[in-house]
Amino acid sequence: MSSATTTLTSGAVPDIAPVTEHPQGATWLDDLKAAKVVWKREILRFRRNRIRILTSLAQPILFLFVLGTGLGTVIHTPGNFQFTTFMFPGVIAMTILFTAIFSAVSIVWDREFGFLREMLVAPVRRGAIMIGKCAGGATVATMQGLIMLVLAPLVHVPYSFVLIVELVVLMVLTATMLTAFGLFLAARIQEIESFQVVMQLFVLPLFFLAGAVFPIYRLPTWLGTLTRFDPLAYAVDLMRRAVFQAVHAPPAVRAELSPGIHWGSWRLPAGFEVGIVVVVAAALLGGAIYQFTRPE
Amino acid sequence: MAVETDEATVDVENLQKSYGDLEAVRGVTFDVAPGETFGFLGPNGAGKSTTISMLCTLITPTGGRARVAGCDVATDPLGVRRRIGLVFQDPTLDEYLTAYENLRFHAELYRMPKERTPERVKTVIEMVGLWHRRDDLVRTFSGGMKRRLEIARGLLHSPRVLFLDEPTVGLDPQTRVNIWDYIQALRDREAITIFLTTHYMDEAEYCNRIAIIDNGEIVTMDTPNALKAAVGKDRISMRTDDDARATVELRERFELEASPTGEGLTFQVPGGEEFVPRLFAELDVPIQAVSIARPTLDDVFMNHTGRTIRDAESSTTERLATNPMVRARRGR
Repeated sequence: MSSATTTLTSGAVPDIAPVTEHPQGATWLDDLKAAKVVWKREILRFRRNRIRILTSLAQPILFLFVLGTGLGTVIHTPGNFQFTTFMFPGVIAMTILFTAIFSAVSIVWDREFGFLREMLVAPVRRGAIMIGKCAGGATVATMQGLIMLVLAPLVHVPYSFVLIVELVVLMVLTATMLTAFGLFLAARIQEIESFQVVMQLFVLPLFFLAGAVFPIYRLPTWLGTLTRFDPLAYAVDLMRRAVFQAVHAPPAVRAELSPGIHWGSWRLPAGFEVGIVVVVAAALLGGAIYQFTRPE
Repeated sequence: MAVETDEATVDVENLQKSYGDLEAVRGVTFDVAPGETFGFLGPNGAGKSTTISMLCTLITPTGGRARVAGCDVATDPLGVRRRIGLVFQDPTLDEYLTAYENLRFHAELYRMPKERTPERVKTVIEMVGLWHRRDDLVRTFSGGMKRRLEIARGLLHSPRVLFLDEPTVGLDPQTRVNIWDYIQALRDREAITIFLTTHYMDEAEYCNRIAIIDNGEIVTMDTPNALKAAVGKDRISMRTDDDARATVELRERFELEASPTGEGLTFQVPGGEEFVPRLFAELDVPIQAVSIARPTLDDVFMNHTGRTIRDAESSTTERLATNPMVRARRGR
């Protein structure tokens, strides 16, 4: 049925044989490999951007040493416990929050500058691209969080093996949850301007309600209730528990500054809080993939 | 060497796409033979990019069917994607990676065999003359260099069909010629099927066959020469002492509609060489200069649509600009 009447004068046979054919459809292994390629690009871009690595530390340092020291002068802590020690896990969470959201925005930039298309037309499923983006953002945010650990001695937090392992695990979970959150919001955003609105609407409340810079134990009911809906609050609480364990904080200090999160009179066990973070992370990633893959 | 097999590389039947009430593509049917360079020529907004997007499985057709490299776009999109290369109108490079890194990313995403990747990357990057710039960040490249790199990337995984959506749009004339040299060289070298869209008439000349598309429909399809021959009229351009009077006289004595060109008049007439002596004899307005031109693709377009491609562009752009769906899609 070809209506072509053209005689083609193409020259030599191509010197390279066609790429090996892959089996029809895509398996989870294909998806995983595609996600790895996307992840690698995120890491490559992060490593290249040394200035970003350094400047993203400026904000947490400002919070910890300027705001933390300042607040410490007006906040009475039992036994003259350093307020900056209290803030340290909160500032780690803050670093992860802003890095993770920043990484997630990159999908909007990718869209704006066209590179997203290169990924969208590739023979890979969209979900795999999202998983790669999430893994990349989470890795970058975790690395930024790890850099914060160099400040630990300055706020009287000792380097102990247990603490570092605990914090790394918590950082990975927190970073995954927050990157997934950012991607969930960014998946369908077309313009970079819209994301700034999202930042104001979601990211700052997420940060303030998490108890990163002040204890959320004795808040008025309306505010206390709100904090229970902030998944980041559970991550911050877990990191704070780990830090207070490591500094051997006296019971009076713990009761005041790291009392845990209560639902009614029930104090949530650490394992339960980990569960919340994992479930929320999985739900947000699932939502992000759904947003990204459903036809427009 | 004639490339002829029974199966067309691109096989499209009554393909349609509508956005609400707007029919962007109203049922197009065509096929592209292996090794052929096939062009979609039409004004902006005629449905060229929409068609290409459907063939590349980026958007879902609302009717009809299409097979690309043996795979159905609706049922086996991944199969299609593995077998095609794409160069878009808008750049899709990561500007913060080097040229080499962009190509390596592509190779990995398309799962090219690792041991052959470096050699293949070198081949395509040399083909577009960018080997010496391979380790530079893409953001330092000029528009033409970026487009060349995209063409190299589109070829990297040895696709059966290369789709070029307005490959030279936004480039200066010299760079456009330059890009076409590269495209022709690669066509000879890789013996690849090329499907391209363009709204530049001169670029359509590079195709083995072209389809002229207007308002979402194919109005005619053939080789550029056959299309021009079918017009059957030559174009005469002339300058006179009084163009306005000449226009009136042409209409009254010869029943010809002339249109102003800025420095004179132009009109179409069969057998131009025989007509010119009559013109001198019978026209009362003194003639300063006359030229006869064989039909161009512009004339072909005009013949089939009653408009020049430039007029068509302004009206279709307005038509699309009022449709929010299309505006959103195009703005991406």
